[in-house]
Amino acid sequence: MEWRRKHVLGLADFSAEEIEFVIDTARSMEDVLTRDIKKVPALRGKTVVNLFFEASTRTRTSFEIAGKRLSADVVNFSSAVSSVAKGETLLDTAKNINAMMPSIIVMRHPASGAAQFLSRYVSCSVINAGDGSNEHPTQGLLDLYAIIKSKNKVKGLKVAIIGDILHSRVARSNLHSLGRMGADLWLCGPGTLVPKEMGRSGATVTNDIREAVRDADVVMMLRIQLERQKTAYFPSLREYARNYGLDSEVFSLARNDAIIMHPGPINRGVELSDELADSSHSIILNQVESGVAIRMALLYLLAGGHNAAR
Amino acid sequence: MKKSGKKLILDTKGVDRVLSRLTHEILEKNKGAEEIVLVGICSGGVPLSRVIQDKIRSIEGVEVPSGYVDITLYRDDLSRAGYQPRLKRTEIPFSIDEKKVILVDDVLFTGRTIRAAMDALIDFGRPKNIQLAVLIDRGHRELPIRADYVGRNVPTARAETVEVLVGGETEEWKVVLREPPPGKGK
Repeated sequence: MEWRRKHVLGLADFSAEEIEFVIDTARSMEDVLTRDIKKVPALRGKTVVNLFFEASTRTRTSFEIAGKRLSADVVNFSSAVSSVAKGETLLDTAKNINAMMPSIIVMRHPASGAAQFLSRYVSCSVINAGDGSNEHPTQGLLDLYAIIKSKNKVKGLKVAIIGDILHSRVARSNLHSLGRMGADLWLCGPGTLVPKEMGRSGATVTNDIREAVRDADVVMMLRIQLERQKTAYFPSLREYARNYGLDSEVFSLARNDAIIMHPGPINRGVELSDELADSSHSIILNQVESGVAIRMALLYLLAGGHNAAR
Repeated sequence: MKKSGKKLILDTKGVDRVLSRLTHEILEKNKGAEEIVLVGICSGGVPLSRVIQDKIRSIEGVEVPSGYVDITLYRDDLSRAGYQPRLKRTEIPFSIDEKKVILVDDVLFTGRTIRAAMDALIDFGRPKNIQLAVLIDRGHRELPIRADYVGRNVPTARAETVEVLVGGETEEWKVVLREPPPGKGK
């Protein structure tokens, strides 16, 4: 196939073939990352703008490293220190950045649909680095890639995603990526955070963590977004940790070779015990590593000749 | 040229003879196989470098390291190509520092692929030298690059294509010169 997408806004409309194409490209990028000189000239002369309206260390740094490994010029804008703090609208910020002629804008924004909106008003490519509770497509792809690297497949694996499914763009993107590739998906959390309608995506919904973890190949813990917990979705953090935190006792129900994932940053002792986070079952750092390769792959694919004018 | 617009330049036997001579030339010029490593350029150079590796083994009785390199990320026409080409894998699982690197490709044409391959190699280490072995040299260079070992010089028109085909269980080879499809310029 040929890569024909200009933007990566979400995984909802990604075909299995496109997902495989990205994974294959990421494998070749990983060849670059294992060498002494971890840089190739592929994106020389291109500019990647990181436009972050929400706090992020991992994703922004990952995109920055990915861009630099491909020899692109990477410029970081973060809302706290930009004109956004002076009241500029998203559209004005976008138009101004577009006028500086970047090749690709990578954006994180607290509003769902912000990336889609941006893509209509700029002439360059847009990569969604997380929009509200909608999607986080690069996370969905890197999680899939990390699972494939660890398990050599994803089809038929039981994958339990546990935590605040309702607000999680990570869960939503993973539902698309892992679902499309044939994983047996389980969603688990308190009733207030796992809407029953999520079952329509083909995943099995449960409020019992033991049922979700039993015989699982992959246990993916989501971060309890303390900053988004102004409304009371559960009585207390302690109660949440007791019912939906992963510790050795619950994890022992999973398959012996099960892996633990977490998109970070971890609330240690809340959704994941210290012991498990640092255990040999944890592939959390491998996820971070996979993220650079996946983001290099997408930057490379979007910087194609159809954007040559930029 | 036949009506079909196709001309066979080399068959399996022909390719084998050419590669035998080429291997002997490599060994002669380097006074043996010491310090030699082979790197095939994806995709065409990879099976050729394997054959050369086999021949060195049967002539000198030594196993020279062999790897391959994908030059896509080093191409100078990336933003001109319509869509980004699919990447292939690179695997050079040995150090090329202070080694004599024999770069192997099927067809030498503009020289741009070789330029990209040399840039890629230098990102892997600092070889003692880089030598170029190609099965076919078809001319039309756009860069000051020449091969050290040439299987066959084939005069071509620019719009013609040279295909090196290898396949089947018995590794059958075919080198074919093809006329441009009608309607395409010279």
